[in-house]
Amino acid sequence: MKHGSMAVLLQQLINGLFIGSVYGLFAVGYTLVFGVLDILNLAHAAIFTLGALTALWLTTGAGLSIWLAFPLAALFSGALGLVLDRVAFAPLRRRADSNLSGLISSIAMAIIFESAALGIFGARTVRFPEGIFLNRVWRFGSVTVTSLQVEIVLTALALMLALTAFLKRTRTGKAIRAVAESERTARLLGINVDGVIALTFIVSSALGGVAGILYGLYFDALAPDMGRSIELKGLAVIILGGMGSIPGAILGGIAFGLSEVLTVAITGTSNLRDAVAFTVLFVILVLKPSGLLGRGRVREA
Amino acid sequence: MFLRFDEISRSFGGLSALSKVSFCVEAGTIHGLIGPNGSGKTTLINVVSGLTRPDSGRLLLDGRAIHRLPAYRIAALGVARTFQNIRLFSSMTCLENVIAGQHLRAGLAIFPRLLCLRSAALEERQSWADAMGCLSRAGIENRAKVCAGSLSYGERRRLEIARALALNPRLLLLDEPIAGMRQREIAEMESLFRSLVETGVTILLIEHNMPFIMRLCSMITVLHFGQTLTTGTPQEVAGHPEVIEAYLGVQG
Amino acid sequence: MESFSQFFAVYGSLVNFIGINALLALSLYVTLSAGQLSLGNAAFAGIGAYASGILTMRFNVPYTISIAAGACLSAMIALLIGMPVLRIRGIFLAMATLAFGEVVRIAAVNMDITGGAQGLVGIPCKTTTYTIYGVLAATTYFLARLGGSKIGWSLASIREDETAAMVMGINTTYYKTLAFVLGAFIAGIAGAIYAHLNFIVTPGEFGFSAAVQLLIYNIVGGRQSIYGPILGAFILTALPEALRGVGVTAGPLRLGVNGVILLLVILYLPNGLISFFSKVSAWTGRRSGGAFRGEV
Repeated sequence: MKHGSMAVLLQQLINGLFIGSVYGLFAVGYTLVFGVLDILNLAHAAIFTLGALTALWLTTGAGLSIWLAFPLAALFSGALGLVLDRVAFAPLRRRADSNLSGLISSIAMAIIFESAALGIFGARTVRFPEGIFLNRVWRFGSVTVTSLQVEIVLTALALMLALTAFLKRTRTGKAIRAVAESERTARLLGINVDGVIALTFIVSSALGGVAGILYGLYFDALAPDMGRSIELKGLAVIILGGMGSIPGAILGGIAFGLSEVLTVAITGTSNLRDAVAFTVLFVILVLKPSGLLGRGRVREA
Repeated sequence: MFLRFDEISRSFGGLSALSKVSFCVEAGTIHGLIGPNGSGKTTLINVVSGLTRPDSGRLLLDGRAIHRLPAYRIAALGVARTFQNIRLFSSMTCLENVIAGQHLRAGLAIFPRLLCLRSAALEERQSWADAMGCLSRAGIENRAKVCAGSLSYGERRRLEIARALALNPRLLLLDEPIAGMRQREIAEMESLFRSLVETGVTILLIEHNMPFIMRLCSMITVLHFGQTLTTGTPQEVAGHPEVIEAYLGVQG
Repeated sequence: MESFSQFFAVYGSLVNFIGINALLALSLYVTLSAGQLSLGNAAFAGIGAYASGILTMRFNVPYTISIAAGACLSAMIALLIGMPVLRIRGIFLAMATLAFGEVVRIAAVNMDITGGAQGLVGIPCKTTTYTIYGVLAATTYFLARLGGSKIGWSLASIREDETAAMVMGINTTYYKTLAFVLGAFIAGIAGAIYAHLNFIVTPGEFGFSAAVQLLIYNIVGGRQSIYGPILGAFILTALPEALRGVGVTAGPLRLGVNGVILLLVILYLPNGLISFFSKVSAWTGRRSGGAFRGEV
């Protein structure tokens, strides 16, 4: 292989890794809620968008530095998650068809959140102000890496690892896993199930909001419909990695990012990129719906 | 013999649920299937009704091998069943549940209905009447228009039986049909099962209610850890030392 | 009457859209009545639209045959993917059909014969309001009669409890596929008719949003009877016009109202708006055999 194409490949791999880690972070929020509640939260993408737009507003409108805006926007996203749980999911918990009605409810909230984003921020594409942070560029031969990219990857990975540790080591984390396993048993063990579920939504939405901020920084473009493209990709990622599996979401996200980038590189055009992704998704669903690392069975009520 | 189990085995993920189960059920009899919890009784019924395929062994209905057939084909051969944890159509009324159970009857085709032919209306009325018949045999015709979800526990079991009868079965598989019923209901069920047998239906009956089993069944098979312990008349089974040991402390 | 033709001049387009959306909503109703949450009907409508549009435009095929051909193509593709797809349960089925829909949309964007991202332009305008409502009426009648037929009862049984349905002698694979294919066929007709309404179809009209919209028509309208999806389509299509009347124009507020309605319905009126008219519901229930409903 010529040196040039080797470098191109390497560049693509690096790009794929970066976008993949953002996908992974987004997918982790998705899969966390599915793992605990067996519900697909389709409002996740809307919170992704609102998180990014809020960070933008905090830096432009309120003039805060990105280092302050970032965590504040993340907290706000978490708060939205709480609202989501209280308004749209908690009232439906008792119902027999809570999976479907939860899904519909999340669609309704997604529409409401989207219209809020549209109303507050307008329909144009906006970007974070210049010079909001220092962005160094490093070159290794003809391969380019920016410090922004590195920071994004590190942030995403750090959060995902922190979440994994949180779930494994802390009492609250174990409570979440207990509820994910069996809600009834968790209740019998004295776990405050409603509180745990609310916390799950807060964490999941905060992560989604952070993913949105990172995405907006990376692509330098924010618009009220930025959640649209990642919504379906996030779905594809959690199917690939397995519904309810956090490592699966992380690995799936990275794999997805890499495959996206490589498809574009191989076919020379971005047209078929998504088609390949969705065809693969379709095939996986037909063959092994629980995904590569997913739990085979549905959790007991 | 009408129904023959020939070394039926089935395991789930390394755990053996059924192990070389072999016995015969004679036509026109009530055959009991008993055993401690987890002995594989329901799994065996699942094999007969086609919901589970055995790993090895054969199952013969009237000489015909049915262990590889899909559930709907087996039903078409005249095999109906009830479920241990009751699978009713809860948002339908009792009558509707039974009409749904009439699936294997001819009729109710779409084209006559589209043309609003009189034959279509007659068929519809006939199916309602037949469904009411099944409900009265099970003794719940007074609950015909009631939603299945609002029935009492005993009524639900009877509805399941009524729905199974809608199939006009030759073989009826009953999985704990009288669980949760009161004495009067149990007596009614007993006479229903006897009358069915008189019309030529064969019944394979899982129950924990020992007096009931002893009274009703002409033959009983005992399962233990997925294996056939013994098959015999109620007297033989009651006196069998291994059976007593398996049931030690468990009262009927 | 003059006021009638005046009404039509102003609202003709809206009336047409209501009819088409009602037809699309019914196509999803069929699939839902077998308990299958399929989100592929928008894609099937797209297939019908493109196929019939191409036939009329490029090959001068007569209108009626074109429509039929478009619908048949949708049905055939549904048959092809139905077999593997319908073995998947619940939410995974929704995702698989969603993925399928995306593949169809991307294919439409990337093929020359479909006109790429610009869409198919220049389709002859052959659809009239009578066509739309004629087809809608026929479909409604067909589905109403289907309710009390063997097929209708089988679908209802599968929807309620698939395992119980199997041991009752119902070949669940066959009936689920039938519902899926029938839904695709109806969606295909709707798409084909739509293509001949406005000269042009674009890929974006048959994507994820459209698929979700069909589901919303069914949920808001109600899944208990065939009039539910029709009501849902009517209300949600006419609503923007009604809002315009009180000064709420296109944009965030209109979008938000849709979301709020959906939320209120799912929280407080889970059986849809049609359950308001419970008396009518009971009447149609008795007439059509009762058990044919679109709940999942």
